[in-house]
Amino acid sequence: MSSAPRTLFDKVWDAHVVAVREDGEALLWVDRHFVHEGSHHAFRKLEEKGRAVAEPSLTFGVSDHYVPTLSRPHIADPEIAGMVERLNGNAARHGIRLFGLDDPAQGIVHVVGPEQGLTLPGLLIVCGDSHTSTHGALGALAFGIGASEVAHVLMTQTLWQKKPKRMRVTVLGRLSAHVTAKDLALSIIASIGAGGAQGHAVEYAGEAVSALSVEARLTLCNMSIEAGARCGMIAPDMATFAYLRGRPHAPKGADFEAIVDEWRGLASDPGAVFDREVAIDARLVEPTVTWGVSPEDALPVGGTVPHADLANPLRAKYVAEALAYMGLAPGQKLTDIAVDRVFIGSCTNGRIEDLRAAAAVLAGRKAVVPGLVAPGSSAVKRQAEAEGLDRIFEAAGLTWADSGCSMCVGMNGDRLAPGERCASTTNRNFRGRQGPLSRTHLMSPAMVAAAAVAGRIADVRTLAGEGQ
Amino acid sequence: MDKFLTLRGIACPLEMENVDTDQLIPARFLSRSRADGYGGFLLHDLRFDAHGRPRGFTLDEPRYAGASVVVARRNFGTGSSREAAVYALWDYGVRCVVAPSFGDIFSGNAVKNGLLTAVVPEPDAEALLAWLRHAGAPELTVDLEGQTIVGGGLPFTFSIDPVRRLRLLNGWDDLDLTLQYTADIAAFREARCKAHRWAFPALPPVERDGNARS
Repeated sequence: MSSAPRTLFDKVWDAHVVAVREDGEALLWVDRHFVHEGSHHAFRKLEEKGRAVAEPSLTFGVSDHYVPTLSRPHIADPEIAGMVERLNGNAARHGIRLFGLDDPAQGIVHVVGPEQGLTLPGLLIVCGDSHTSTHGALGALAFGIGASEVAHVLMTQTLWQKKPKRMRVTVLGRLSAHVTAKDLALSIIASIGAGGAQGHAVEYAGEAVSALSVEARLTLCNMSIEAGARCGMIAPDMATFAYLRGRPHAPKGADFEAIVDEWRGLASDPGAVFDREVAIDARLVEPTVTWGVSPEDALPVGGTVPHADLANPLRAKYVAEALAYMGLAPGQKLTDIAVDRVFIGSCTNGRIEDLRAAAAVLAGRKAVVPGLVAPGSSAVKRQAEAEGLDRIFEAAGLTWADSGCSMCVGMNGDRLAPGERCASTTNRNFRGRQGPLSRTHLMSPAMVAAAAVAGRIADVRTLAGEGQ
Repeated sequence: MDKFLTLRGIACPLEMENVDTDQLIPARFLSRSRADGYGGFLLHDLRFDAHGRPRGFTLDEPRYAGASVVVARRNFGTGSSREAAVYALWDYGVRCVVAPSFGDIFSGNAVKNGLLTAVVPEPDAEALLAWLRHAGAPELTVDLEGQTIVGGGLPFTFSIDPVRRLRLLNGWDDLDLTLQYTADIAAFREARCKAHRWAFPALPPVERDGNARS
């Protein structure tokens, strides 16, 4: 191995190279492969080839995309029930550990992996879901793959990849009160664009990133794909090790402490070269919300919906079409936008700290619009109930649900009615993402809670100062 | 997989940026079996209203009927890893998408299904879009060997990752290639087990004397 300074990404990549072809593509070993109900195309390919799963003990199934979050275990829609049943069958047939509908550890795959200690520093993790970038928050190299690649990993436990370029996003200073990892992520995407990190492995660094809790880091890395990045990573540190110690599937006792020494080396060396460096001043990041149909359409909450830029006809057309879809007027204040519904949950913001942040705003208050709270995992749900958060949500008038991807993906029955506008803690405000003709405004859990109370997009900092 | 050499066909202009995977195929169709074909789901909610009536979207204009090429603006295929976005294009009959940039996972999925993602500079994409909008016969010829697109007398060159280009030209399948590395994979696994036993959760931890605990 070369003695030149290496980035965190290079260290994990190099450790997984089985072979390199003449054309430069590398065959990589996969340490963890997560599959879900949507992986049915890949299992079918496996059957067509008549092959077995190469490493069932490194493959984990999670029921999350299609599972209903209300009225469980009953599944009313036969098509959805069929998807859940198909994964059950494939997992049983191939000897794969399944976190299924009735499993106490069930949840959204990107919440379950870290929570169960299956996600560890230095591992290479893939899943047929783009938000697999989440797991990089623990120092893993984790990225989403398509069905053909899922089938390839099932059959060989390896994957051909071209090495991406390296990009470092350094976040200077500290985030202000009520400003979260979600706001930081949206600010970064607004700054570099939804395709700004295409072809790059992103490492997040700097004082503000070190100061983030592990759960907040998971939120930040989760959104890497919304900037087009191949993956997002953060060097593991004391906070990471403390988070992992004692997790069900993490190494135990003396073994764990010995491995921590190995993990400490997973940081970019001084002098390691990145193909691109971006710096963000954390002190300038404000509570941020989206106004359009791409996560890059994000602004500080005090801002106004953009006007069509007449100097740039392409941009003008883009803005005009986005505003027409969203039912907004140019120049409208973001805090004047009334919402019909709120959603709290998803792999982006469905962890216990997210629910606590939302509950802190909702405690003693009433939501003036309906809303759904779907915990990121069944374990998060139990923890929230032990802390009484469920009672705060219900007292405020929101619906407390079971865990799943829920209203983030629009494929499990939880969705908006056409034309409805939702303040949402999710990751994509694409046209129709939360149901046909749905209108999504992305923001942090506390900001969604503030919107629920105000009935419109609101600055949580104003609400926090008001008393209850 | 079929080889991709040259393609001549109707090209449809999609004058949109960020044509994301939720546009290419809405999530509610992802549970369907591929056997029934995904072509009808392509750009479904842009093409059809809630009652399934055509909205008059560009792709459904008679002049673009049977399009095998799509030209769009930047960041085509951004979003989720759903390979069904490629299936929808493929089953509709699209064999090549031309745009200034593509979502990484989408373009990776595309090559595995024989779909060419041709990258052109933004001004060229705009020129193609403008020409296709008004051309009497909106046809393009795409030559992967020479990396050119010809339409309306205008030749454009496009770029594509050389590895992906070779794969498309030869119709290579990853799995066949990987099976040549079976011994390397087994050796790698054994070495990783030894050096990083903790990375294999099903294996019991090792005692100091090197024997596995029972």
